Amino acid sequence: MSSHAAAVTHQHQFDDAAQQYEASALGMWVFLVTEIMFFGGVFTAYVAYRSAYPEAFGHASNHLDLTWGGINTVVLIGSSLTMALAVHASQIGKRGTLVTCLLLTMLLGSVFLGIKAIEYADKFHHGLVPGPAFHYQGADAHQAELFFSLYFAMTGLHALHMIIGLGGLAVLVRQASRGRFSPAYHTPVELFGLYWHFVDIIWIFLFPLLYLVERHT
Amino acid sequence: MSSAAAEGHVSEHVVSLKIYITIFVTLLVLTGVTVLVATIDLGRLNVIVALTIAVTKAVLVLLYFMHLRYSPRLTWLVTGAAFAWLAILIGLTIADPLTRSLLVH
Repeated sequence: MSSHAAAVTHQHQFDDAAQQYEASALGMWVFLVTEIMFFGGVFTAYVAYRSAYPEAFGHASNHLDLTWGGINTVVLIGSSLTMALAVHASQIGKRGTLVTCLLLTMLLGSVFLGIKAIEYADKFHHGLVPGPAFHYQGADAHQAELFFSLYFAMTGLHALHMIIGLGGLAVLVRQASRGRFSPAYHTPVELFGLYWHFVDIIWIFLFPLLYLVERHT
Repeated sequence: MSSAAAEGHVSEHVVSLKIYITIFVTLLVLTGVTVLVATIDLGRLNVIVALTIAVTKAVLVLLYFMHLRYSPRLTWLVTGAAFAWLAILIGLTIADPLTRSLLVH
């Protein structure tokens, strides 16, 4: 099976492989635009409520674990690096490096979700989950509950994207180890990289907005 | 070699490992800076500094990890449109609650 030769050829509606690649990449960017607007709605809700209840958000934010949040930020940036290195390996046709980098990205993504699970468990344990079990020690409990609702909605949506990303990485590892990609054709690796980095960017904003509201008090 | 390049992605740019590592280290440093600055009381400046650092980090990821810098102008247009609409979404929404107090006085 010469999968390489078959992969390089383009579909009949495109002039050449380059045009086909550009169309694929543009499609991925358009999808990411819808994702930006999708997360944008939640960010807007956050901005509206934080501007309404700045003190309550500040106090509630200090109940989040800055250490775990900081470690997770480093872990996720590290996974973006390994993903970028995976794209690089696919561009220069290093199959072994590609598979290794994809596996490392999966590992770091799993570490991130593991730490997130520890944090979530801690919130359940301390009664900081909005709902009947919410027992907040401090002023403005209802406003703090709003903060934690946003915390779980935003980090939960983000974690869902990470889980979907891990599934995508598993497929890529399988395809890469079977030699499906070459310097001439590795569009899936490249486009998945865009998705993974996008998820990283969401966290780059979530970290200061959720964990660093009022740390100086 | 040249024929392999010709049938490959003409528009695609291979970013050097040095750039990837530099961006990675810069992102880590900026993460450290944002945590440090958050522990200092700067009043309203705190949130501005935090968001400026976050935007800087996001732009670095977009330009280099996501190869936007080496992408066609059409991709720039699509990405720019996304942030323009996002600015409208957030800007017009908070313009309401932030200006309500002006009506009272």
